Amino acid sequence: MTVADTIASSFLRVRGLGKSFGGFRALKDVDLDVSRGEFVCFLGPSGCGKTTLLRAIAGLDPQDEGTIHIGGRDVSKAPPSERDFGIVFQSYALFPNLTVAKNVGYGLVNRSRPRREIDARVAELLALVGLAEQGAKFPGQLSGGQQQRVALARALATSPGLLLLDEPLSALDAKVRVRLRDEMRALQQRLGVTTIMVTHDQEEALAMADRIVVMNHGVIEQVGTPEEIYRRPATAFVADFVGHMTFLDAIVTGPRSVKVGALDFIVAEDAGAPVGSKVKLALRPEAVQTRAVAADAANRFDARVGDLAFLGAFCRAQLAPVEPGAPVIAADISANAMRDLGVATGDVRPVAFPPEALRVFAAAAS
Amino acid sequence: MGFRRAGLGEAQVAGALITVVCLVLVLIIALPLWTLLSKSVQNVDGQFVGLANFAAYVRSPTLVASLANSVMVAGLATAIVIPLAFVYAYALTRSRMPLKGLFAAAALLPIFAPSLMAALALIYVFGNQGILKSWMMGASLYGPVGIVAAEALYSFPHALLILTTALSLADGRLREAADALGTTRRRIFWTITLPGARYGLVSAAFVVFTLVITDFGVPKVIGGQFDVLATDAYRQVVGQQNFPMGAVVGLVLLIPAVAAFFVDRRAQKRQTALLSARATPYFPKRDRQRDWSLFVFTALVGSAIVATYGVAVWGSFVRYWPYNLSLTLNNYDFANVEPTGWEGYVNSLKLAGLTAVIGTAFVFVGAYLIEKLIVFPRLRGFAHFLAMLPMAVPGLVLGLGYVFFFNASWNPLNVLYGTLIVMVINTVAHYYTVAHITALTSLKQIDREFEAVSASLKVPFWRTFSRVTAPICMPAILDIAVYLFVNAMTTVSAVIFLYGSSTKLASIAIVHMDEAGAVASAAAMGTVIMATAIGVKLLHVALNALVFGRLQRWRVR
Ligand SMILES: Nc1ncnc2c1ncn2[C@@H]1O[C@H](COP(=O)(O)OP(=O)(O)O)[C@@H](O)[C@H]1O
Ligand SMILES: [Mg+2]
Repeated sequence: MTVADTIASSFLRVRGLGKSFGGFRALKDVDLDVSRGEFVCFLGPSGCGKTTLLRAIAGLDPQDEGTIHIGGRDVSKAPPSERDFGIVFQSYALFPNLTVAKNVGYGLVNRSRPRREIDARVAELLALVGLAEQGAKFPGQLSGGQQQRVALARALATSPGLLLLDEPLSALDAKVRVRLRDEMRALQQRLGVTTIMVTHDQEEALAMADRIVVMNHGVIEQVGTPEEIYRRPATAFVADFVGHMTFLDAIVTGPRSVKVGALDFIVAEDAGAPVGSKVKLALRPEAVQTRAVAADAANRFDARVGDLAFLGAFCRAQLAPVEPGAPVIAADISANAMRDLGVATGDVRPVAFPPEALRVFAAAAS
Repeated sequence: MGFRRAGLGEAQVAGALITVVCLVLVLIIALPLWTLLSKSVQNVDGQFVGLANFAAYVRSPTLVASLANSVMVAGLATAIVIPLAFVYAYALTRSRMPLKGLFAAAALLPIFAPSLMAALALIYVFGNQGILKSWMMGASLYGPVGIVAAEALYSFPHALLILTTALSLADGRLREAADALGTTRRRIFWTITLPGARYGLVSAAFVVFTLVITDFGVPKVIGGQFDVLATDAYRQVVGQQNFPMGAVVGLVLLIPAVAAFFVDRRAQKRQTALLSARATPYFPKRDRQRDWSLFVFTALVGSAIVATYGVAVWGSFVRYWPYNLSLTLNNYDFANVEPTGWEGYVNSLKLAGLTAVIGTAFVFVGAYLIEKLIVFPRLRGFAHFLAMLPMAVPGLVLGLGYVFFFNASWNPLNVLYGTLIVMVINTVAHYYTVAHITALTSLKQIDREFEAVSASLKVPFWRTFSRVTAPICMPAILDIAVYLFVNAMTTVSAVIFLYGSSTKLASIAIVHMDEAGAVASAAAMGTVIMATAIGVKLLHVALNALVFGRLQRWRVR
């Protein structure tokens, strides 16, 4: 594929982006491609550079090095007003002295369109975000969720090619957040607008994104669909940050086998490290098989059930394999299985760790 | 605005505007000060003479005596004002005594009058014809006694404002913890209250000292033969046309002001560090004994202030103080004693109006560009530095700088000398810093993403400025305008060097009428100024109610 092809196929193209604040490097050599119509989430812990990357794409805090193309056009040096985007901030930044309708129409008035056309567009946008009756109110008179939708309508008013959202839901309480998350996703799919959303909430990213960009310390750790990120984390950091993950110290014993204490594990993928080297074996608690464990299942062990923590839909059990010198491993057991199997502390039961659910990471990380 | 149509990008417009702000600030602040500095190392003919003028100064016994006099009166006034203002501020912030609002207003009265009004008032009470002259027990009011007393009156509200802020900032949780531990009231005062207000005290002391040492009005009116630095500077420049020596005196006056500036900056940093983010305001509990003793104290001090100024106002309506106390308006017929008559008042109104309008617009736009733009960080930093500079420059010193700069034959702007324009410029520069800080504070409080949002909507920043930022900051804008108006109405020290034959101001007319012995007319003019300034302040209060009420409906939740 030639360079021209790449530009043509990706709506947003970022190459070698770097940015420092004083001596601190907030972004290091970031490459990113976003296709037209895609919903991408930047996910990572607070302070990892998500907002910095978003603002560089917007041109609000220009990068020190690297290039940005939007819609095939090089905008690396263009001021924000010459880039085609709408933005919603965590604070919403609504103009408190203008009515909701005036806020939404703020970017339209400038484009010397007839009054009636503007009013119609504002009404359409307000209906789109479910605030049809609220146009005459001031932002201060709305709830947090409503304010967020006004900010969204304002950002969409000029039909931008790119919608940028910086933690748009984090100021809301949990219930509202979940509802708005679904609404926003539906709206984005209906309008087909290319969208980048910054969030530190992995659940939000998993639920909304077509693709997730996981960031840490100013670099991109992994880019992938929610499924890929969850099932096949590329690094120990991603594995740890997205979902729950148990890490066990292990030694490589063969191309597809490792040893944890006295337990031998078969893994589905090549450990990628020479025999005898130290690695981390990672597995998700919910991947531990506790029910109908076949006698010849791979990685099958007898384990004693230790502490049980009730977490609603499932219990987190601490399993101690009966072999001496084996580590304690967390496993999630669904409420159904708990009831059907009558699991109780002190039981000794067969459990299995499916090889394809196990990941091996270099020991240095995490 | 048509920048867009003219094909200019936002960045160019922003660059042009911030450059203009920098140039104007250089012109109205930096260059006059620079001229003052360079004058001090030149002889009368403009040749460089190094430190010869300073050497001459030190060798002149009269000038050195003035320095000692100035330090003495400023020190005494500070020593008197700070404890009184502290207890007054304590009563306003830490007690549950009644009528706090009234007492606060009473103590602010001197702010609305020129400094020499305090001196005139004292002359009415304790002067040669004073009604309480016997209280002086033969001592003369005209000299250090009068200066110290009048300056104490005049500077009281300035100290009070700083100390009230310092005391109301102190952390309530410390008090409550101490109360819970059963700490005695005396111990609480010495271990918590006083250290908490320490920086406020230092800052207030410096401000009062500077205010007094650089004030010209009071020593002029009540100083008699007692020379101080401020009157020396005036005599050197206006009387003897000895500009170099005037510059040297000006620089000497600059020392305490610059020191005060740095002490204040340090104090403010410490003060905020002292206050943790979770500090809670202190709500005093009722305590009959404390509340009543503070009430008596506040009532005494407050009524002393009001009564003194009241006597001056009364005196202005009296036919022949103190022998014929029948009332008359004759003293208000200024043409009898002063060739310019009421014209001075009209000029003052013009000056104050223009200063308020032009100054507020310039200061606020400048602060907006400095705070909200992201381009040209160096230029914005430089503009901010220049804006903070006048804080460290007393009016008298700035006035001297203006004489030297705008009167210079090489300066094409010297056509402005003696006009109202140069006085407006000078007054804006003189009071720039406080106005600038007020504007910055209100700008910092609004969402910093407004400019980013407008840029994303392709709305230029000047449109968001006029549609959103300025309307939101309207209360601060009004504050700035009133502050500039009141100060322009009452100032003497800078403009006394700058007025021309047709642009004499009311406050300067007071000096001249007093010189001519027409004390009653001087008091009458002072009364007119005071009434105007207070009227504008009351208008401000009313307008604020309106702005917060009907015009800014969006503020209501
Ligand atoms: N204007 C700035 N000046 C200095 N440091 C900054 C600035 N903006 C961000 N940083 C630093 O850069 C890092 C990344 O910040 P940011 O992109 O805001 O993180 P987040 O992923 O939480 O959005 C943080 O360590 C932050 O402290
Ligand atoms: Mg962020």
